[in-house]
Amino acid sequence: MTTAPVPGGAPATAPARRPRPAAVHVRRLARAVFLYGAMILALAFILAPFAWLLISSVAEPVDLLQRPLRWIPAHVTFERFANLTVGTSPDDSALGFRAALVNSTVIASTVTVVGMVVGTLAAYAFARLRFPGRSWLILAFMATYMLPPIALILPLYQIMSSLHLRDTPLALIIIYSSFVTPFVIWIMRGYIETISPELDDAARVDGCSRLGALVRVILPVSAPGLASTALLAFLLAWDEFLYALIITQTNASKTLPIAINDFIGRHGVDFGLLATGGVIAALPPVILAFAFQRYIVAGLTSGSVKG
Amino acid sequence: MAAAFIAPAALVIVLVVVVPLARAAWMSLFDITLIRPNDQPFVGLGNYIDQLTSPAFWAAVWRSLFFTVASTSLELLLGLALALLMDQPLRGRWLLRTLIILPWALPTIVNALMWRWIDNAEYGALNALLTQLGLIDGYRIWLSNSDLAMWMVIVADVWKMTPLVAILLLAALQSVDRELVEVAKVDGATAFQAFRLIVLPLLTPVILIVLVLRTMEAFKVFDIIWIMTGGGPANATQTIAIYAYQTAFQGYDFGAGAALGYLIAVIIMALAAIYMRLLGRTGRV
Repeated sequence: MTTAPVPGGAPATAPARRPRPAAVHVRRLARAVFLYGAMILALAFILAPFAWLLISSVAEPVDLLQRPLRWIPAHVTFERFANLTVGTSPDDSALGFRAALVNSTVIASTVTVVGMVVGTLAAYAFARLRFPGRSWLILAFMATYMLPPIALILPLYQIMSSLHLRDTPLALIIIYSSFVTPFVIWIMRGYIETISPELDDAARVDGCSRLGALVRVILPVSAPGLASTALLAFLLAWDEFLYALIITQTNASKTLPIAINDFIGRHGVDFGLLATGGVIAALPPVILAFAFQRYIVAGLTSGSVKG
Repeated sequence: MAAAFIAPAALVIVLVVVVPLARAAWMSLFDITLIRPNDQPFVGLGNYIDQLTSPAFWAAVWRSLFFTVASTSLELLLGLALALLMDQPLRGRWLLRTLIILPWALPTIVNALMWRWIDNAEYGALNALLTQLGLIDGYRIWLSNSDLAMWMVIVADVWKMTPLVAILLLAALQSVDRELVEVAKVDGATAFQAFRLIVLPLLTPVILIVLVLRTMEAFKVFDIIWIMTGGGPANATQTIAIYAYQTAFQGYDFGAGAALGYLIAVIIMALAAIYMRLLGRTGRV
C-alpha cells in the first residue's frame, strides 16, 4: 500500500502519497463489508443455538427426529409448556419440575436477601472504617468466594445430614450464603467507595449513628449498585448445581438445575421436553438480564474491572 | 464499631466455610470408606500421597489444564475481537451490545443441555447443519467420541463465557482516551500501531484480571461437563472436579475425596494469590 505512513512524516507531503478517491472508496467499502460481516456472524453465533432450543421446545417430536432435519417445524405445540407449568393433570416429571421452580425461587430470593443485608453491612465497614486487620479480613473474604465447592462439599454433606437438614431448602440457603455473602461484600465495597464520605459526615453531624448514616444516606444513593449486586447474587444462586446435586434428594428441596439433570436421566430421548424444561429454567434469568442490562453490566464491570 | 458491622458476615463464613474446611482437613487424614463404616483408620498424609502418586489424578489434572488453557484463551481472543467490534461506530451495533448478554444469562445447566442436544449424534442440529452445508458426508459422533468430547465441551463453555469477557473488555475500551488514538494517527501511526502501542497497554490490566478470573473458574469446572458428558467417554472429559466428585460420591471414598478437595483448593488459591497481586499492582485494591 502506498499509504504506509512514515512515523513523524510531515502531513504537508501527504497529498502526493494519498491514494486516489476511488481507492479510498474501495478500502472503506471493504472495511465496512468486513465489519458488518463480522457483526452478522457474531449475532448468528450468539442467537442460533438458543433459537434452536426455542424451536425444539415448541416442535412436535416427529419434526425433531427427521433426517434431513427441517429447521422450521411443520407442527407447533405448546402442550409441553402447559404440562410443565399449569396443566391440570401433571405427571411425576411435571410435579417435580413445578416443585423445583418454587424451590429455586424461594432459595435464590432468600439467599439474595440474607446475603445483601449481611454483606452490605460488612461492605460498609470495609469501605468506610479503618481498623486493625482490615486488609487481612478483606483478603480472607475474597479467598472464601474463590474456594472451589468441591473442597467444602463433603463436610457440608455430613454436617447437613447430622443436623437432619439434608434435602431441605434451608440447607441450600445456608450453604449458598457462603459464596453469595463474600460476593456482595466484594461488589458493594467497591460501590460504596465511589460515594463521597462527606455524605456520611454530614449525616453524622446531623446526629445519625454509623448505622443510621448507612441506612438513611448511603443505601438510598447506592440504589443502582444494590440493584445490580442483588441481581447478580440471585443469578449465582439460581445457577448453582454441585451443592444441590449432593444435598437434595426429593421434590422437597430439588432446584431447577437438578430437575433438569433428572429430566436428562428420565427422558433422555424426549428432546422436546428437555428443551421445554431448559427454556422455562432460562426465562427468569434471561428476562432479568435484558430488563436490567445496564445495572448488570455496571455490576459486572465494577466487580472485575474496577475491583 | 467495625466489629458489629462485620460480625454477621464473619459468622456466616465461619459456620459455612471455616468449620467445614477444618472438618475436611481432619477427614482427609483418615481412610473413610462408606463401605466399611466401622473401620476408619488414621492414615496421616496417606490420602494425599495416594493421590499425588496416582496416574488417574494427574490425568485429571492435565485434562483440567487443557480445558482451562483452551477455553480461556479462546474466550479472551474472541472476547477481545467482539469488544473491538462493538466499539466500532457501526449501525445496529446496539443490537449486538444488547443480545450479547444472552449466553451469559443462560443458566449453565441449560447451556449444557442445549449443547448436548445440538451435538446429539443421531438428531443433533450440528450434524444436520454440517451435512446440509456439505461440510461432512454423514452424521458423526461428537460427544461420545473421546477425541472430540473435550472440544465440544470447550465450544459450549466458550459460547457462554465469551460475552462476559467481551462486556468487560468493552468497558475497558470505552475508558481509553480517544484523543490519544487520534493524535497517534495524525502523527502517522496505522490503526494497528495505534491499537498495539496505545490501546493494548491500557487494556492489559483488565486482560490480566479477566485471564486469572477465568482461569480459576475454568479450573474448577464441574456442571457443564457433568451434564454434557458425565466425564466420559472413557474419562476423556474427566476433569479434576469430576474426578474428585466420582471418588467421593461414586467410589464412596470420603477420605480421598476430602484430600482431593484440598489439593484443588490449593491450586485455586495459588491462582487467587496471583490475582490479588495483579489487583495490587494495578492499584485497584
